[in-house]
Amino acid sequence: MSEEIIIAGFGGQGVLSMGKILAYSGVMQDMEVSWMPSYGPEMRGGTANVSVILSDNRISSPILKEFDTAIILNQQSMDKFEDAIKPGGLLLYDGNGITRHPERTDIRVYRVDAAAEASKMESSKTFNMIVLGGYLKVKPLVSMENVMTGLKKSLPERHHKLLPLNEKAIIRGTEIVQKIQEV
Amino acid sequence: MSIDINEIKKAENLVYKKSSVLTDKVMHYCPGCSHGAVNRIMAEVIEELDLQEETIGVTPVGCSVLLYNYIDIDWQEAAHGRAPALATAIKRLRPDKYVVTYQGDGDLAAIGTAETIHACNRGENIIMIFINNGIYGMTGGQMAPTTLEGMKSSTSPFGRDVARDGNPLNMTQIVASLPGTSYVTRQSVHTAAAARKMKRSLKKAFENQKNNKGTSFIEVVSTCSSGWKMTPAQSNKWMVENMFPSYPLGDLKDE
Amino acid sequence: MREVRLMKGNEAIAEAAIRCGVDGYFGYPITPQSEVMETLMDLKPWETTGMEVLQAESEVASINMLYGGAGCGKKVMTSSSSPGISLMQEGLSYLAGAELPCVVVNVVRGGPGLGTIQPSQSDYFQSVRGGGHGDYNTIVLAPSSVQEMSDFVELAFDLAFKYRNPAIILSDGMIGQMMEKVEMKPFKKRWTNEEIEKYCPWATTGKKKDRERNIITSVELDSQVFESFNHKLVAKYRKMEEEEVRFESFQCEDADYIIVAYGSSARICQKSIDILRSKGIKAGLLRPITLFPFPKAELNSIADRVKGMLSVEMSTGQMVEDVRLAVEGKVKVEHFGRVGGMVHSPEEVVEALEQKIIGG
Repeated sequence: MSEEIIIAGFGGQGVLSMGKILAYSGVMQDMEVSWMPSYGPEMRGGTANVSVILSDNRISSPILKEFDTAIILNQQSMDKFEDAIKPGGLLLYDGNGITRHPERTDIRVYRVDAAAEASKMESSKTFNMIVLGGYLKVKPLVSMENVMTGLKKSLPERHHKLLPLNEKAIIRGTEIVQKIQEV
Repeated sequence: MSIDINEIKKAENLVYKKSSVLTDKVMHYCPGCSHGAVNRIMAEVIEELDLQEETIGVTPVGCSVLLYNYIDIDWQEAAHGRAPALATAIKRLRPDKYVVTYQGDGDLAAIGTAETIHACNRGENIIMIFINNGIYGMTGGQMAPTTLEGMKSSTSPFGRDVARDGNPLNMTQIVASLPGTSYVTRQSVHTAAAARKMKRSLKKAFENQKNNKGTSFIEVVSTCSSGWKMTPAQSNKWMVENMFPSYPLGDLKDE
Repeated sequence: MREVRLMKGNEAIAEAAIRCGVDGYFGYPITPQSEVMETLMDLKPWETTGMEVLQAESEVASINMLYGGAGCGKKVMTSSSSPGISLMQEGLSYLAGAELPCVVVNVVRGGPGLGTIQPSQSDYFQSVRGGGHGDYNTIVLAPSSVQEMSDFVELAFDLAFKYRNPAIILSDGMIGQMMEKVEMKPFKKRWTNEEIEKYCPWATTGKKKDRERNIITSVELDSQVFESFNHKLVAKYRKMEEEEVRFESFQCEDADYIIVAYGSSARICQKSIDILRSKGIKAGLLRPITLFPFPKAELNSIADRVKGMLSVEMSTGQMVEDVRLAVEGKVKVEHFGRVGGMVHSPEEVVEALEQKIIGG
């Protein structure tokens, strides 16, 4: 098994930490993992993206041109990464702020309206965990138990009081993710 | 009455002897240079305080680069201007040792300005000895940051022109204003009395380091007969008349 | 029990430093390596192992703090990125001249000048050719994973003390910023001052009555004496070349074509090899782990049985010169690499090999 993922959105959406939690979940499941961010000025607003690889084998290049999955959280990222998905791959996106929806017909497309849901949950911080829940529903590569351990390992101890809220958000994500198209 | 030489050499007639911390190596300094006197005072203080095994010295680039040949303690020779950086690490990694830097004006007040100010500002618990003779002695008498207005050097052959060359830098005054320094003084070694005062200052600086008081900074207003192109006697006179008004002797800070 | 953590390369450097008994870290912030000092400050090792961590006023001060600490026989290190490493070159020359062991981590970014904060491998020459003034070499290790970032800290110190010479860990923004699994090493005790006196009899530890004073210096005004000192240094570097060459090879045994790449480029090229093999092209990867000493002999012997080599590096062509020197003209050697902070994709490497070596 090898899963190559790009997560892309705005800085401040929790793109990097979502990738980190996913990677840590992979570590908990004894997988090989890599987490490669775009770094620099992007961190201070603007776009942010991170590629995460989960694999049963040693990972070669952390730099990728094509991905098995793209998790897309704004229009710029949709424009940049829709074409980088391998045929048959997965595009998961949040419809909030998306003006041009995915056009490819040779990929699986799922939608998770996490921004709207996070506002219903009255906690914008849960946004990225709702997205993660949606992804795990479509591709359950890591067990929920390992995700929770990964989450705990990723969060500094002073934030551990937020674990139940994050778990709730992940579960909510698994519930609200919708299929747009399969191939 | 003839005097037997062995009579004179009797132990009870001994009034002065070379410090045991000084080596037998002949010093390379020019006649009339202040370095030799300051080196001797350092050795005497280290001997009298019984700190030969406890002291690590840092030598600069300049005429005193080979200071490690004369004083019998462990030494590190620093790149130009960087002695305070070396001393910072030495003292922090060996807080049980006494650490002394020895630098000239080009080293401490020009190329090493940042290291000097930041070591003093952090209050590194070290002694910094600053030989200020207003000239680059080793490289042949070029203008230094402390060269006085109108003073001639090989790179200010018509005298330092403040409008062109900038002002003389009073480093000791600057470091006295920093909270990290506890003892900042300006001394000289041109007379026996001055040398004795310098020795008392250095002892106090070692005492301060023992008591973790932060940086002790001792400027020694010095002569450079070769660079100044004067006899030793002329140099001393010139220093008193010209250097002291700009760099007045005495304690700037003693906390 | 195995302790496995997900860490950035820069964080791994910091953790490894504490665990392998480093006495002092002296640094100055610069992207993309600031996490090294940030992690150290966060972990407060002065409260646990007694390791000193100090933010210096400049890279110039940092490297000279290393000189002072190393002169006392302490294990001292710094980290920086390309522009900061340039500022350290004077200090490195003095450290090499005074034969002092220390470790310098360079998380390379693109240059010249202020350049870019994105990854690059354009400091190869500066690292393997000495970098500062005078005839000297530093040991250069090139990690290609976060695990190696962690492991090479201790290895670099072992080599630095074995040879009394500075050692450089030549990483880049990619390895520094990416996260991977790291198996943590157990904590090792720092050397006591008594142990230092035993292992480093040359160090300035305070002159004991029973020994001559120790002098750490690089100055020697007698040219005849200094000439023999230069020869002594060279003999040391030749010994490193005989005993310390490290490399890794992937599928080189039956290969017709060899890609030579180090660090992050080597990771990318592993995938290129997979792609080439799937196309029926027998390609292999030779990854130098030590860039100085360089695996000359291995490359020379591989050159006898292959049709061509491609040196892949994020520079306009630096390591390629060493590859050419190593193969002594036996096979064609070309260079490929993106620069300016751009990172080549595995597919671009495949294309370059096909065009420059196979088709060329």
